[in-house]
Amino acid sequence: MSETPVELQFEHRPKWVFALQDSLQMIARSSRHIIRNRDQLLGAFFQPIMFLVLFVYVFGGAIKTGHESYINFLLAGIIVQTAAFGSTTTSLSVANDLQKGIMDRFRSLPMFNLAVINGHVVSDLFRNMISTTVMILVGLAIGFRPHASVADWLVIAGILLLFTLAFSWISAIMGIVAKSVEGVQWIGFVVIFPLTFASSAFVPTAGMPSGLKAFAENQPITQVVNAVRALMNNLPVGNAVWLSIAWCVGILAVSIPLASYMFRRKTAS
Amino acid sequence: MKQNDTVITVKGLKKSYGKNEVLKGVNFSVQRGTMLALLGPNGAGKTTTVRILSTLLKADAGTVTIEGHDVLNEPQKVRQVIGLTGQSAAVDELLTGRENLVMMGRLYRLTAESAKQRAEQLLTDFDLVEAADRPLKTYSGGMRRRLDLAVSLIATPPVIFLDEPTTGLDPRSRQGMWAIIKQLLADGTTILLTTQYLEEADQLADNIVVIDGGKVIAEGTAKQLKAQVGKDRLELAFKDARSLAAAAKLLDGAAVDGNGKEHTLTTVINDTNKDVKDVLEKLSNAKIAIASLNVHKPTLDDVFIGLTGKHTKAEAKAEEQ
Repeated sequence: MSETPVELQFEHRPKWVFALQDSLQMIARSSRHIIRNRDQLLGAFFQPIMFLVLFVYVFGGAIKTGHESYINFLLAGIIVQTAAFGSTTTSLSVANDLQKGIMDRFRSLPMFNLAVINGHVVSDLFRNMISTTVMILVGLAIGFRPHASVADWLVIAGILLLFTLAFSWISAIMGIVAKSVEGVQWIGFVVIFPLTFASSAFVPTAGMPSGLKAFAENQPITQVVNAVRALMNNLPVGNAVWLSIAWCVGILAVSIPLASYMFRRKTAS
Repeated sequence: MKQNDTVITVKGLKKSYGKNEVLKGVNFSVQRGTMLALLGPNGAGKTTTVRILSTLLKADAGTVTIEGHDVLNEPQKVRQVIGLTGQSAAVDELLTGRENLVMMGRLYRLTAESAKQRAEQLLTDFDLVEAADRPLKTYSGGMRRRLDLAVSLIATPPVIFLDEPTTGLDPRSRQGMWAIIKQLLADGTTILLTTQYLEEADQLADNIVVIDGGKVIAEGTAKQLKAQVGKDRLELAFKDARSLAAAAKLLDGAAVDGNGKEHTLTTVINDTNKDVKDVLEKLSNAKIAIASLNVHKPTLDDVFIGLTGKHTKAEAKAEEQ
């Protein structure tokens, strides 16, 4: 069409290199979505801050935790809760792509299709890193006094990233299964809400009725909260760190293959 | 440019959803550098056919080969030689035009350098340079279709599927799309177009396959199809009954009927250029003044009534409104 046609160069690489390259393209795409989707970005900042401030000032006086202050107890819980809720964005993005024509476009290209999900999951990690950092800063401003060493902070960051990754993959499955974008919001709410509240995130589990207590003490969110909380406050961690890692790795070991399988099945016909 | 080889071969294509048979054994082939139009009303099976040909959907029976690759056994190879655009394809709303093009270019396995260069070229060709750095959600319908088409051309695939590329566009945007598509054909691209508009198939396609209810009901060039279903008609209106009577006498048996309109007669024409000229010369020599004249082409509805004895769903819908 133009007077000077471009000599097009094509790449020839091993399959796994292309898979990685396509994933990087999709991560760039999803990250741009985060930046351009202003409402969602504002939500990622202000919702956790709102939770933090409300809990500290509304419940802070009434809840006895045995810690030096309620915020030192609470911050770990709010961070993990935010990560869990934030991961549901993955299901929204995945559902959105699947319901719209863009998935057909991707499928008509010689690309590695699962890269689409990798992109959403990884960009979710970025967004959560931002909101976690903001929350810690706001926490410091309203009285949070950590006693963690640099090494502790690195372990905290590692556990939180692993946890977010695990929940984003669960979330991806919900996005694939959902019949509509509206439906996916509901599934996320129904799954994540009980998990975060029936845990040690906001109150010690000691005061819960025995059935609930048994559930709360043996689910991943409690382990992750306990690990992060103990590390932040320089208290004995017990098995919490290892249990957290075990839970997250276990979830990933199931959810990644399951998501891949369901995604292939959903896009096959 | 036009070589004598077949790029797309479709044999005995069948597809059902439950008890609903969407395709009941469709056959056609497309020669290199030509355009085949799949013409038919909504629900005829056009989009299903395109989805199977572009590897998005598996057929229940039948074979499809594109550039020698079987769509079922070698989908990745097929994907390297096709571009898909139209109602079933799409672009990323939150990315800019340029970002969309470069991203899709990379996914087609172009080098970063080539993807960027080709993106610039397409933005220029498709008159999208000014909008290049705006997110797509700010684009008009026509701009979006142009970008959608540009995206499918990013790696200059030799085969392009255009699935109703102008449905819902205003006449000016439609003309713009037609000009681009004609240029693609001139460059030697092999194109499969689906459309509900006979005019579109007529303007662009070398060959037309008419499908209805999942079956091919006619095929040929636009001329052959129209000849099959009816001739062009010339409608002449006169100032008064006296001129009309004189004209009717002059044109003798050629005059058919007045279509119920006042001082109007209609005559069948076989060759638009020559016959219209002859009629006008006759009237002019006899000094009969014409108030207005219209050439009526057979419409898709004429084709459908001619072939199936029923109205197309699209036209029936338009009549209801």
